[in-house]
Amino acid sequence: MSAPGISVGDAAGATVGLRRRILGLPRLVHVGGAVVLIWLLLALFAPWVAPYDPIAQALDAAMQPPSAAHLLGTDNFGRDLLSRIIWGSRLDLQMGVFGVLFPFLIGTSVGALSGYRGGVVDMLLMRLLDITISFPFFVLIIAIVATLGAGLLSFYIALALVGWVSYARLVRAQFLVIKHADYVLAARSLGFSPARIVFSHILPNAITPAVVFSMSDAVIDILLGASLSYLGLGIQPPTAEWGLMIAEGQTFIASAWWIAFFPGLAIVSLAIGFSMLADGFAEHFGLRE
Amino acid sequence: MHRFRFVLYRPLQLIPVLLGISIVTFVLVHLIPGDPARILLGVRGTAEAIAAIHQQYGLDQPIPVQYFYFLVNLAQGEFGRSIIYRAPVLAVVAGRVAPTAFLLAYAVILSILLSVPLASLAAARRGGPADQLVRLFSTLGLGLPAFWVGIVLIMLFSIRLGWFPVSGYGESFADHLHHLFLPAFTLALALTPVLTRNLRSSLIAESSADYVTAARARGLPRAVIFFHHVFRNSLLPTVNLLGVNVGWLIGGTVVAETVFSIPGVGQVMVSSIFARDYLVVQAVTLILALGVVATNFVVDVVTVALDPRVEP
Repeated sequence: MSAPGISVGDAAGATVGLRRRILGLPRLVHVGGAVVLIWLLLALFAPWVAPYDPIAQALDAAMQPPSAAHLLGTDNFGRDLLSRIIWGSRLDLQMGVFGVLFPFLIGTSVGALSGYRGGVVDMLLMRLLDITISFPFFVLIIAIVATLGAGLLSFYIALALVGWVSYARLVRAQFLVIKHADYVLAARSLGFSPARIVFSHILPNAITPAVVFSMSDAVIDILLGASLSYLGLGIQPPTAEWGLMIAEGQTFIASAWWIAFFPGLAIVSLAIGFSMLADGFAEHFGLRE
Repeated sequence: MHRFRFVLYRPLQLIPVLLGISIVTFVLVHLIPGDPARILLGVRGTAEAIAAIHQQYGLDQPIPVQYFYFLVNLAQGEFGRSIIYRAPVLAVVAGRVAPTAFLLAYAVILSILLSVPLASLAAARRGGPADQLVRLFSTLGLGLPAFWVGIVLIMLFSIRLGWFPVSGYGESFADHLHHLFLPAFTLALALTPVLTRNLRSSLIAESSADYVTAARARGLPRAVIFFHHVFRNSLLPTVNLLGVNVGWLIGGTVVAETVFSIPGVGQVMVSSIFARDYLVVQAVTLILALGVVATNFVVDVVTVALDPRVEP
């Protein structure tokens, strides 16, 4: 797919085509992508960007309001909030990415299997799905994390066990339609193996809604991960993580509002970045309105 | 009335799901590392005492047999005893249901009060400034962490302005309304964007339907067309969406109850996790899942009642 008038084999032309395709995306994608990219860069270069050590205590500098030395102020241990937010981005961004990855892989496989095979397999998997969605999502996540013990790994396992349902539904619905398409019939009559038909013929055409959903799912996972840490079931102190920082700041809201306030802004900005990506791509692929 | 016959047989169709829910909650507690008898007795448990507990609770039986006992106990409303509260789990949880239910209903009512005017405004002038604002609010609202919103609301309206209490549930009905306003508003801020978006697009879709053109041709006033025709038909998808989102909303109450120290089931669940009072965690998980199943059942009934075309 190159822009008109440019030959496909031309390397320079291909670059121009790619650039045009990126520029041709909705503006929401550009803004959202920029926000996520900024956080990604901050997370990658945290040791060089952060002005202070995120966990080193300096009790003589405790609870300072935002100033030139500490742009976002300090917490009750005198730790620089800006540095903690920058370091915290590593965890919160990671929760968005890994939180999506495992449910995506499991859900897509289940949806593909269910939709392609049909019959008893489909029925059993869909009953399993019914059971999973009849639990309140976050309550089941909390219950699983409570069983496995607090921490990031438990959070990912819980998400993998519960979060696959949305992807399975989306992919299955696509498979049910696409498996009757002429080109699939053609592939089947050529004697291609089911694996080849599923992976190289149906899946590429069935995956777009799941990919777009994964971006709004990232928003959900970031909020869930931060909420778990806030409840004390996720990242443990003294590590810098946004939800945990808000929990730590809640004690001081009457005297030092900035401790709980700024980490929340960080969550909101990252979540909105992903939301905009999701909305923009949904618009681009004609999945909504 | 035969359309409502499903009210009788739908609960039977739910049996596999209910059994599934019971299996999941049973397995959850059994996956916890460590011997429940040891947790129950603490460090002072002797070998004999542990064996006695095993026998008393059937822990020496095979897992399927234990599950069977679990089901029999559930059917009798027996959820075991809470270690921390030293009372039957069911009594502990039952005493916490009212604040949670109040908060949920309050949040739903607030979101409806917010989303109906917002969606109507946005749909009336599509693409206009109001529509753009509503869209911005929808995107923004989805990315707001409820616990942080709650804390910011406390900072502004409880500490700065002193309009609302910082925490608690209160004594009388008016007290509940006052105490739970900020937590309900926190939850409503998460639900409103979803409802507004949905209601806005159904309003837009319905306004271009043929019956609207026909009504306009008959010279009906705009308000009549909107409320009697468009709005009524747009409600259905929104009611369904409420059913879909009740699971989310319940998850939100767990967080909101913790932020605002409301003595509801969510708060007792979280505090029981730290106390290793797992039977309470199990009971809350189970009861909330039953709540979701029941709500979706009610939504089905309401859907059939609202729309004569729906075949149950």
